[in-house]
Amino acid sequence: MTITSSSTDTVVSAALAALTAVRDPELDEPITALGFVASCTVSCDGQATVRLRLPTYFCAPNFAFLMVADAYDAVTSVRGVTSAEVILEDHFASDAINAGVAAQAGFVRSFDGEAVAELGDLRAQFLRKAVMAGTDQVCRPLTAAGVTPAELLALTLGAVPPSPELARLRQRRAELGLPAGDDAPLLIDPQTGKRIAASAVPLHLRKARVTRAGIEANTSICSGMFRVRYPEGWSL
Amino acid sequence: MYEKDGEKYFIVDSHMHYWNAAPSNWVKGAENYAKGWIECFHAYQGLGPADTHWPIEKFMAYTEDDLMKDVFDDGHVDIAVFQPTYLKEWYAEGFNTTERNAALGEKHPGMFIANTRFDPRDGDNGLEELRRNVERYGSKGVKLYTAEWNNGSRGYKLSDPAAYRYLEKAQELGIKNIHVHKGPTIWPLDKDSFDVSDVDHAATDFPELNFIVEHVGLPRIEDFCFMATQEPNVYAGLSVVIGGLMHARPKFFAKVMGELLFWVGEDKMTFGSDYGIWEPKWQVEGFVDWEMPDDPELSDYPRLATTGKKKILGLNAAKLYDIKVPAEFLVPAQAGAPAAQDASQLVQLSPRGGRPPDARGCAPDRKTATLSGAQPRAERRT
Repeated sequence: MTITSSSTDTVVSAALAALTAVRDPELDEPITALGFVASCTVSCDGQATVRLRLPTYFCAPNFAFLMVADAYDAVTSVRGVTSAEVILEDHFASDAINAGVAAQAGFVRSFDGEAVAELGDLRAQFLRKAVMAGTDQVCRPLTAAGVTPAELLALTLGAVPPSPELARLRQRRAELGLPAGDDAPLLIDPQTGKRIAASAVPLHLRKARVTRAGIEANTSICSGMFRVRYPEGWSL
Repeated sequence: MYEKDGEKYFIVDSHMHYWNAAPSNWVKGAENYAKGWIECFHAYQGLGPADTHWPIEKFMAYTEDDLMKDVFDDGHVDIAVFQPTYLKEWYAEGFNTTERNAALGEKHPGMFIANTRFDPRDGDNGLEELRRNVERYGSKGVKLYTAEWNNGSRGYKLSDPAAYRYLEKAQELGIKNIHVHKGPTIWPLDKDSFDVSDVDHAATDFPELNFIVEHVGLPRIEDFCFMATQEPNVYAGLSVVIGGLMHARPKFFAKVMGELLFWVGEDKMTFGSDYGIWEPKWQVEGFVDWEMPDDPELSDYPRLATTGKKKILGLNAAKLYDIKVPAEFLVPAQAGAPAAQDASQLVQLSPRGGRPPDARGCAPDRKTATLSGAQPRAERRT
């Protein structure tokens, strides 16, 4: 990653910090950690330029669009940035995505005649998967320590020992508008937010586990492809 | 065949290709796509062992001799199943057509099975082409890309009425196996190519057909697993799983295998090398040597013994394609149901299923069983 060194250093740092909040919706990891931010520069009059790159030329354009649009929003919200340009490089839909995000056109207008729905539902669907995967991350250490499924069912988020995994799970739940406070149950249906029924706990935990395995496997393949494509830029 | 430690394995490579992606085959005006596609495939090869990587020039247009040596002489494969991929919008003669595959197959009788393809958006002409291909090449299977573009359409679902018309015709013509690409996406925009629910519907309504979900629905293995648990005629095609993970990310490979063994079971998993992305040699040898790592995090996954490896590497696909396997390679018949169906705590009767589980907690009739949390099938159908 190249970062300009000038009097704009603090603005660049702030822009990079803002970009850490942008995640690949499918992999549920920050684009900065995945190596997707190729460069971030800010000119002396506050014009920010962010270059993004992805594991393949054909990465799904819907996810790519979300990342470019989120990066644009993140950087323009930084104090000291007067305007922003986010450029997706080396992608079959680079032109449509870059122009669409720059014009704040939304996904459907950016792909005139090719896309019929905006991407909010897709994002929510993958966030629910992140909640399931996060449930496994939080529950497995507890189970390994001898906590039974019935005891897991009775736990609230506030009763689980603090950990980065718990914080992440709470944050993903909050993003979906699901209960995330101390008194919220640990095991909830990511669709409805309701506590899981006692009889469904084993299946819920198994689903959480396979969902996590799926995301991890996918991340493995994507980061492997990224490393082949950009041997210098790989980071996760 | 492959022999190791006195055990003999009959190898069916149920998913491989013979493509031509040389620049001379690129459609004018679509060069970027044609180049981007093959470069993307080539990057996948990078996930295999370094000594199996090819230069891009060879990768674009490996020869018949390369294929015969890599797959059969060195790769231990007994029978290989060609899966066509047309992509005629980018490749003038197609990327990997039924004709191209079959022409090679005809030179080597008994070594290949030539699958064909269809696209339900091709109307009556497509049905006629399907009939011709089945008659000409004796195809017993098709490879489908539900996310493929076609004349302004951005993809289709296997549950569409037009697709049902094709599935009916295919069945009538003697097709048994429907390989569906549900994996790493390449093209679609809002049409969600990972979604496997259309396979679920089709598998229920065409119980005589087998549905092999290639690449196990990556990046949605979980959706695939729940569906496969409920559908006896749905299989997990391991192309990309072994090639993309076993060498590059062994720990995640172990997890994915553990999940598939739990939900789908060793009787319904099939090996496919995805050649020319990856050579079969290292995949077959590595898979025979593979064992679930001794790691507390993986300790409750089912184990995979020699018998299961024999099934996955060849015997399961041999059944699907009616391949006669010499007795020395066979394993004793056994139930082999996945743990998920045996786990009374996981599968419970739907509110409409009237019959109680048997003594072991198995649902007696899998069609009446539903995973809790999912809607009962009859309601989902509407």
